[in-house]
Amino acid sequence: MNDPLIEVRGLHKSYGRHPVLRGVDLDVRRGEIFALLGPNGAGKTTCVNILTTLVRPDGGTAAIAGADVVRQPGAVRRSIALTGQYASVDEFQTGEENLVMMADLAHLPRRAVRRRAAELLERFDLADAARRRVSTYSGGMRRRLDLAISLVADPEVLVLDEPTTGLDPASRTQLWEVVRSLAADGTTILLTTQYLEEADQLADTIAVLADGRIAARGTASELKALVDDDRVRVTFDDTDGLTTARERSFAGIAGLTEAESDDKQLTLTLPTSTPVHTIREILARAERDGLDIAAVSVVKPTLDDVFLALTHRPASPATSDRDRQEARR
Amino acid sequence: MTTTLPVATTASPRAAAPLKHRSAVRDVVTMTRRETRRSLRSVDGLITAFALPVLIMIVFVVIFGGAISGSTDGDYIDYVVPGVLVMCLGMNSASAAIGVSQDMTTGTIDRFKTLPIFGPSALWGHVIASVVRNLASAVVVVLAAVALGFRPDAGIAGWLGFLGLAVLAVLTFTWISATLGLVMSVEAAQSVTMIFLFLPYLSSGFVPVETMPTWLHGFSENQPFTPVIESVRGLLMDTPDAGTLLAACAWLAGFLAASILAGSVTYRRRTAR
Repeated sequence: MNDPLIEVRGLHKSYGRHPVLRGVDLDVRRGEIFALLGPNGAGKTTCVNILTTLVRPDGGTAAIAGADVVRQPGAVRRSIALTGQYASVDEFQTGEENLVMMADLAHLPRRAVRRRAAELLERFDLADAARRRVSTYSGGMRRRLDLAISLVADPEVLVLDEPTTGLDPASRTQLWEVVRSLAADGTTILLTTQYLEEADQLADTIAVLADGRIAARGTASELKALVDDDRVRVTFDDTDGLTTARERSFAGIAGLTEAESDDKQLTLTLPTSTPVHTIREILARAERDGLDIAAVSVVKPTLDDVFLALTHRPASPATSDRDRQEARR
Repeated sequence: MTTTLPVATTASPRAAAPLKHRSAVRDVVTMTRRETRRSLRSVDGLITAFALPVLIMIVFVVIFGGAISGSTDGDYIDYVVPGVLVMCLGMNSASAAIGVSQDMTTGTIDRFKTLPIFGPSALWGHVIASVVRNLASAVVVVLAAVALGFRPDAGIAGWLGFLGLAVLAVLTFTWISATLGLVMSVEAAQSVTMIFLFLPYLSSGFVPVETMPTWLHGFSENQPFTPVIESVRGLLMDTPDAGTLLAACAWLAGFLAASILAGSVTYRRRTAR
C-alpha cells in the first residue's frame, strides 16, 4: 500500500514540434481504480502508450511494479495488459479461439490453456457464444471478450483506454460492473476516459489531464470541491425575456457579471454562494418588471464544471485522440 | 525537476530477460495458426489463392494464346505458365499487406506488442502461413496447367530447384507486403496486389522482351521479375542457366534482407493509427 504500483515522473513526449505531454506525474496505488480524465487530444492515449511500452518517452520516467518502461520492457509486459480504444479481437476466429490464442501467447502451460479459456468465457457470460465467430458478436460482447483476453495472464495492472467509447448505455453499465469486480479481486486498473460520469462512477482517484499536464487530482468529491459555488439557473419562455432579464431587470444581482447566458436553452445561470438569497432577489425583480419565468433551479457543481474550470474548453466527444494522431501523420 | 532518460541504453533491454527459444517457436506457431485461419475463412483470400491464378492462366492460354503465339500449336503454354506461376505467387503474398494493415488499424498489433512474446512473431506468422498457402496454390496452378496441355521437362532436381526458388520468392514477396501493410491504410494495402499483377507483365513472363517497344527494353530486361520468371522457366523446361538463377536469387535475397530489416524496425516503432 505504501509504494505506488505505477509511478510516473516528469513525463515528456512530443510528436514533431507538437508537444503532447509536458511533465506528467502520476502515482497509482495497488488495487485502486485510477481514471485519467481528459478532453480529446489531451495526451491520454500517449500516456497509455508509454506505460504499455509501445512508445518511448522523450523525457521523464515511468515504472510499473518497480520496472522501468524503457529499460525493462519485458518485466513491464509481464505485469500489464492493455485493452485499447477499439475491441482488438479477431473477427475471423471464434471467441474461444481468440482466448486460446492469447493463452498460448501468454505461454500458459499447454494443459491450462483450454481450462483458462473456458473459465474466462464463463466469467464474462460468453460461454454460449464461445464457438461462434466474433463477426457475429454485438459490440458489448466484443468488449467483454476483449477484456477477457486481457485477463488471460492474470495481469497485476489492467490498462483500459477509453473502454466504453461506442457502447450503448446498457453495455456500458455492464462493463462498469465487470471493472468493479476486477478491482474487487485485486487488479489495479488504470483507465482513460473522456466521460466525467465514468470517472465519477468507477474511480477511486481521478487525475485530470489537460494540455499535456495533470491539472488536478483527487477523489471525485475532492475535485468537485474545487468549484465551490452553487449556481442558480433561470429558464425563460423566450429570447426577449432572457434579454430583458440579462440587460435590465437583473442588473445589480450578485453573480450576473459571471453569468452564463444560453440563447438556445433560454437559460441564465448565475454563480452564487447564497442560492436562496439569489432566488428571492430574482423572483422579486421578475414580479416588479412583469417578467415571465418558466423555471428556477439550483445547480450543484458537477465534474463537468471542474473539467471546464480546469481545461477552459468544453468536453466534446466529436473527435477522438486517434483522429488527432491521424491528422499528425 | 525532470530527469532525462538516456536515449539509447548500451545493453539490450531484452537481453536481460531470459528469452527462451522454445517460447519464440511457440509464438510463431500460434501466429501462423491465426493467419492460416484467416486465409481459410476468407472467401476473398480463397478466390485470390486458387481461382484467380487458374482463371488468369485460362485467359492467357485459351483466349490470348492463339494470337500471342501466332499459332495454336500449344507451345505458348510452356512459355507462359512460369509467368503465371510467379505472378500468382506474388498476388497471393500480397494479401499479407491487407492483413497486417487491418491488424494495425484495429490495435491488434499494439496489443501483441504489449505481450512478453518474441517481437515480430506476428509478421513471421504471416510469412509462414503465406508460404504454405502459396505452395498449395502453386500445386493447383501446375495441375490446371497440365490439364490445359502444359508439358514440363523437369526431372526431380528441376522440381526441387523450382520448390526452393518458389519458397524464396514467397518469403520475399510476403515480407515486402507485410512491411508495406505496416505503413499503409487498409484501402491502400489492397493495391499492393497491383504491384505483383502488373510488374510481371513488364517482364519476359508473358511475351518476349524483344516484342516490346524499345524504350521498355531497358526496364524489362533488368527488372527482378525477368530473371525470376526465366529461372522458373529454365528449371521447369530443364534448360536452367546458372547466371539467370544467380541473378534471380540475388534480387530475391536482397529484397528479403532489406524488407526483414525495414519491417522489423517499423514494427517496433509504429503504433496503431
